[in-house]
Amino acid sequence: MTSQDGKMSESTKTGVATPALKLSADAEARIDDLQSRYPTKKATLLPVLWEIQNSEGWISTEWMEYAARRCDVTPSHVLSVVTFYTMFHQQPVGKYHVQVCRNICCHMVGAPDLIEAVESRLGLKHGEVSEDGKFSLEHVECLAACSWGPVMQINRTMHENLTPEAAVKVLDGLE
Amino acid sequence: MDWSEAVTRVLFEHRDEKDVHTFEGWKAVGGFSALEKALKMKPEEVVEEVKAAGLRGRGGAGFPTGVKWGFIPKNTDKPIYLCVNADESEPGTCKDRVLMEDLPFMCLEGAIIAAYAIKASMAFWYIRGEFDLPERRMRAAIETLREKGLIGKNILGSGWDLDFVIHRGAGAYICGEETGLISSLEGDKGQPKIKPPFPAIKGAFGCPTIVNNVESLAAVPWIMRNGASAYAKLGTEKSNGTKLFSVSGQVNRPGVYEVEMGYPLRDLLENECGGMKRGRALKAVIPGGSSMPVLPAEVALQTNLDYESVQAAGSMLGSGGMIVIDDSQSMPELLKILGRFYSHESCGQCTPCREGTPWGSRVLDRVADGAARPDDLETLERIARFLSGTTICLLADSLAMPIRSFFQHFREEFEALVPTEAGEKSGG
Ligand SMILES: Cc1cc2nc3c(=O)[nH]c(=O)nc-3n(C[C@H](O)[C@H](O)[C@H](O)COP(=O)(O)O)c2cc1C
Ligand code: SF4
Ligand code: FES
Repeated sequence: MTSQDGKMSESTKTGVATPALKLSADAEARIDDLQSRYPTKKATLLPVLWEIQNSEGWISTEWMEYAARRCDVTPSHVLSVVTFYTMFHQQPVGKYHVQVCRNICCHMVGAPDLIEAVESRLGLKHGEVSEDGKFSLEHVECLAACSWGPVMQINRTMHENLTPEAAVKVLDGLE
Repeated sequence: MDWSEAVTRVLFEHRDEKDVHTFEGWKAVGGFSALEKALKMKPEEVVEEVKAAGLRGRGGAGFPTGVKWGFIPKNTDKPIYLCVNADESEPGTCKDRVLMEDLPFMCLEGAIIAAYAIKASMAFWYIRGEFDLPERRMRAAIETLREKGLIGKNILGSGWDLDFVIHRGAGAYICGEETGLISSLEGDKGQPKIKPPFPAIKGAFGCPTIVNNVESLAAVPWIMRNGASAYAKLGTEKSNGTKLFSVSGQVNRPGVYEVEMGYPLRDLLENECGGMKRGRALKAVIPGGSSMPVLPAEVALQTNLDYESVQAAGSMLGSGGMIVIDDSQSMPELLKILGRFYSHESCGQCTPCREGTPWGSRVLDRVADGAARPDDLETLERIARFLSGTTICLLADSLAMPIRSFFQHFREEFEALVPTEAGEKSGG
């Protein structure tokens, strides 16, 4: 409520819209570089969305509008793309985003027990974020590590050949 | 053939050598000599060499690589693109990961040679979003080659320019399908497009485009160095060369192995993988990734690993993602997982796939969870029928094939879960 009030008074007072969002100078430069090389601006939408998510942790409506401007597409197109790809988050996720593979190969070598242990340790189910924002949990499809299952990926770090005990130890070791 | 002799290594020839993942390490084992050689040839000659080697696409379909390159229209005035398919998302498959982590410069050398052969001006490395180390390795490798002048303008004085970028996916299985990959590259949802036109004629950005799997391209440096006939000598008459198999399940040594085409499946399980874990017996094998038909143990153990033999046995070699199923597994439970996966990954464009895969998944859920209705198996057979051959891409078939083959070989396990008309489970 406050932010909305603040925004409104700001624009009515000055008559100027809130300044357009911008990423860090480095990220903006990386996007400029890609846009000079890709055949179309639209094709840089995925890279732009990654820059946003890497910087902000998730992709809000405001940032989708930024991406639309940056790539010369409509905001609704950006929304359709963001919702299509499972790795783009439309809400904040935990500081540690825990992804446990539930697909066939991991299943055969112990994923169900692993998932149970992780869920009970974190007190979270698929798609939930802990109240302190430290953890979020997601059951994911095959992570292309099938020969080393069962696997769990935390942010971008892969943990392989896990027993339930080993997984809990990994989680307990996170600051 | 006498398989007791050491199997010739092509892709993993240098895998165990020190620092082979670095530029210097790859150079030390003769890296980039294939590129130098190729750049002294005409692009058409490189295409002919790969054709003569008999290399076939390792992404799943097994289409001859050189033949595909030859489909690029001659004298087109449009730019030509190469897309490397590093999406690796078919369950059971983890071989491209190993190639990119351990031999990034070999993969890249192969891709640059391919780009030269098709006269591409730009190449994209489409890599799945979840990959961490493979992406870092490939990004670093591309940067290094840019610094060394092996990517960029006038490569090795050939007068040919090539730009190369990594394009990171964001979690959608369907982007592994080549036209879905192209849609994703263009900034759209990863929805496949109707073929024809094939990408070689009208692909990325409406221009001629070749999409190749990482493993296909990774074999190209060896072929250029050793010659097409050396490669063609490996394997069987129609399946040349070697293939990576990523083996998962209850074997003693799951992992990624390179074997010559035609190698007996039984030997791979017993020698390379060290046999089944103690107390487990082999029940079934899915030889080529989770969408391929399952083979019961007795059939699998008689099969050799080449495209033709696996097909004759009733399945397909696919990506080489070999899922080994032991006797403790419930087939309805495994099929339920596949149902959930393929319905989750449907891109939603075609009605049979959008409606049929979730429907199939719901029925499979209730069968596996003990809440089956009397006619559920017939319903599933009906769904499998209407999923086949009616859609833009093969994702719908990717659920139909497992349903059919699981039923064909393990029907009693499903029947045991289905109540008879009187309301009793027939299996008791
Ligand atoms: C549903 C579906 C998923 C696919 N996923 C992949 C994949 O993850 N990686 C891959 O290389 N090919 C995949 N393919 C095959 C590609 O469409 C294409 O045939 C392949 O990349 C061509 O390369 P190749 O000729 O070198 O094998 C998939 C195909 C289908 C129908
Ligand atoms: S078959 Fe399924 S995944 Fe393939 S294009 Fe149609 S709806 Fe999309
Ligand atoms: S099934 Fe878990 S990584 Fe492939």
